[in-house]
Amino acid sequence: MNYRMIAKLLAQVLRFVAVFMLPALAISLFQKEYAAAMGFGITILIMVALSLLTKLFRLKRQTMYARDGYVLVSLTWFLISMLGALPFWISGAVPNYVDCFFEVVSGFTTTGASILTDVEALPMGLLYWRSFTHWLGGMGVLVFLLAIARFTEGAGDSMHIMRAESPGPQVSKLVPHTFRSAQILYLIYIGLTVIQVVLLLAGNMPLFDAVTTAFGTAGTGGFGIKADSIGGYSPYIQWVVTIFMALFGVNFGVYYLLLLRSFRKVLRNEELWFYLGIMFSFGLIIFFNLLPSMPGQAGDAIRHSFFQVSSIMTTTGFATVDFNQWPQLSRTLLVVLMIIGASAGSTGGGFKCSRVLILFKCLHREVYRMLHPNTVKQIHMDGEPVPREAIRNAYAFMCAYCLIAIVSTVLISLDGFSLETNLTAMLATLNNIGPGLDLVGPAGNYSMFSNFSKIVLSVNMLLGRLEIFPIIIMCMPTVWKRSRV
Amino acid sequence: MRIVVIGEGKVGYTLTRELSRAGHDLLVIDNRKDTLSQTEERLDVMVMEGNGASVKVQEMAGVGRSDLMIAVTNADETNLLCCMVARKLGCRHTIARIRNAAYAEDVYRLQDELGLSMTVNPERSAAREIFGLLQYPSFLKRDTFAKGRAEIVALPVREGSPMDGMKLLELYKSLRVRVLVCAVERNKEVFIPDGQTVLQAGDHIYVTAPMRALMQLVKWMGIETPRIRSAMLVGGSRTAVYLAEMLVEAGIDVKLIEHNAARCEELSEELPKVNIIHSDGTSFTTLASEGIAETDAVVTLTDLDEQNLIVSMFANSQHVPKVVSKINREEYCSILPDNAAECVVNPLQLTSVNILRYVRAMQNRQGEGVLTMHRLVNEQVEALEFRVTENTRFLGMSLADMQLKPGILVSSITRRNKVIVPSGIDSFMVDDRVVIVTRSDHNFNSLNDIFAGGSKA
Repeated sequence: MNYRMIAKLLAQVLRFVAVFMLPALAISLFQKEYAAAMGFGITILIMVALSLLTKLFRLKRQTMYARDGYVLVSLTWFLISMLGALPFWISGAVPNYVDCFFEVVSGFTTTGASILTDVEALPMGLLYWRSFTHWLGGMGVLVFLLAIARFTEGAGDSMHIMRAESPGPQVSKLVPHTFRSAQILYLIYIGLTVIQVVLLLAGNMPLFDAVTTAFGTAGTGGFGIKADSIGGYSPYIQWVVTIFMALFGVNFGVYYLLLLRSFRKVLRNEELWFYLGIMFSFGLIIFFNLLPSMPGQAGDAIRHSFFQVSSIMTTTGFATVDFNQWPQLSRTLLVVLMIIGASAGSTGGGFKCSRVLILFKCLHREVYRMLHPNTVKQIHMDGEPVPREAIRNAYAFMCAYCLIAIVSTVLISLDGFSLETNLTAMLATLNNIGPGLDLVGPAGNYSMFSNFSKIVLSVNMLLGRLEIFPIIIMCMPTVWKRSRV
Repeated sequence: MRIVVIGEGKVGYTLTRELSRAGHDLLVIDNRKDTLSQTEERLDVMVMEGNGASVKVQEMAGVGRSDLMIAVTNADETNLLCCMVARKLGCRHTIARIRNAAYAEDVYRLQDELGLSMTVNPERSAAREIFGLLQYPSFLKRDTFAKGRAEIVALPVREGSPMDGMKLLELYKSLRVRVLVCAVERNKEVFIPDGQTVLQAGDHIYVTAPMRALMQLVKWMGIETPRIRSAMLVGGSRTAVYLAEMLVEAGIDVKLIEHNAARCEELSEELPKVNIIHSDGTSFTTLASEGIAETDAVVTLTDLDEQNLIVSMFANSQHVPKVVSKINREEYCSILPDNAAECVVNPLQLTSVNILRYVRAMQNRQGEGVLTMHRLVNEQVEALEFRVTENTRFLGMSLADMQLKPGILVSSITRRNKVIVPSGIDSFMVDDRVVIVTRSDHNFNSLNDIFAGGSKA
């Protein structure tokens, strides 16, 4: 393993995160929130100091292999979460460091699960930083570095990093050069974010609220800056957020194809149809399920049902109402949506539509094979055969996913809350959603869990964001052994 | 530029690597999935599985929108078909690898119909390179410019040579002829020297000068190798056939050792004047009994680099005056002892440099592009030839006054068929051919790129 290279790259990540903290520092100073400003200042100094430490040694070799990519990505996410939590802790806004860590992991992994009992009491600088972590975590901090710094020399090294950080069973490049692919992704990402901010401002939303809401939507994160999330804003703003959540849950490759005017390829994209189909059908079912309890308010019912469906399916986690109070059918359908998640190659989390599709197709093939034992059948998607590795990845992912789900639910059940709370807390963190049901519903929060459970849930969020394997790989002893056998 | 490479064999991979390093957008098409996934792992390029000669695949790959298509599959016919399809789809530049000599005439006559911009033949270029080295056996490497008038040659500084421990400035003073050392290779690293550089035994120096001056320099250094009259080729590869033909033409006795009996039959049909030996060329007893100690030159041309190196080392131990080894993987040389294989020819590198030169010339629309390009050792330093035009900056200004980017050396100026080894007082004039030596990572496309302060005047 190329420890020196990993350390150098980590140092670069820290320098960039330090730069990204500057706006938060400026906001704190501007608002005269000196405790928060000190928190940011000290954290920035620590990050710069740590990154300067790596100047003490020089690289022995430039090359990185797949394993280095995985380890780098896992370490990056742990490190920026630990350091990103410091401003909350130093400023004293959140006195327990585990709480701070949970909050920032929740931010970077675009989960949006919070331990704060009173969001609105938080200083503005910290609110901004909390929302900004969503934006940075959504597309990936290392992908951002690839886009602007081109930090690896030519070869395929950068692809290992991109593959490890980007979600989905098959990560492919849009154009031959990885750094240019990363640039295109980020340009689309920034473009959509800016459009959303403009549309929100057009709905008379204050600038600060518009920016933080857009960050939360773009990363499909879900940290609100109000106690009632998006519920207090006008229906226009709620519809804008609904649509943009859905847009950020689409594979970004689709937008690139639209920019290239390859409309036929977009129409052939099965995942897109699957994603939109589920969103519409579930939205309609929930709408009809809600209608009896909201007589004469069909407009509100359709808005709330689609907002919640869009929010949960894209794993954002904003809320306009307390859906914990909804009829059982609607609540159950939302839990199903939690597991399915957004599209591969989007900023959303969850199991990913494309994986669900592949698994369905595999299931169909296996049943068919029982009827016709000698059949030879390739699985196709978007009119192309699916490579065997993608199918194997989907199986392995499902296996690991179930295992982690079971173990973490058992671990947090030590705290003695109801099964519904524990199960949905696990689902909401592992799928990077945020709110679950019962005690962790939109009206509740995660503050009642013990420190141990909070750490388990934080790890769940990281596992969910990085799609499990990078972290498992980092934990394998063989990766760290010198002899590599 | 957008470049599509069809066929990811050894040549394809080398090309993909070099072109992608030079910053181009590469798409690789091959029908073997495992090779493709290896390429994707190692290089920053896009890959596509499929038959590159089919219109459908080329359309999906967007060959029509690409600037260049390079077909290097192992079948000549496929490569030609690829080029025709690409031209049909609207790709303006196509390069094909054609190895079969039988097609040479076809290519010449049908160039337009086939849609070919350029053909490459790695085996023939390798043979030509080796032949050049055998003609002037004192040089380890020989690259020619300005239609063969100017050259850069590599010479070894041996133990006890008068050059050992000499500053370059002193060297120039003590020689009666003008030469210029434009690069020095020391411990597998190449650097561009200045007047203060001190030479050491074990260095390889790259020298530019007219041929007469070079011969005098070789004599002065005491490393003159007499003319070659007989050569032993080990391995009956396609390169060996090309080389044997050239050597016979030049009146040199050739003995060719090949261990496959059927191949020997073919060779003896093709090369009536060559002494073909059916035997294992890697066995030292065979080599000794075939008289390796008496021959003037040994060239190792088997398909395996390892065999070539071992046989070359054996030939060196027998004090054969000139030993040339064909190597495809230059990384092997980095672990060899210093004098094991001094004279190495790499067909892959020759071909990829050839195509790189074409690509650089394409990037330059005003016809000021790279005329010739050679890589000196390990791809670290390259020599580029340009023509001086009216658009060149600093016309008529003396070299000493020009603001050049650091690490650039003007190694020769060819004016009206005469080679000038430049000093500070020389200048560029229209229609001169100028050779510059520089590090490979600069990627110069035009002569104006070498001046400090950008190329846009």
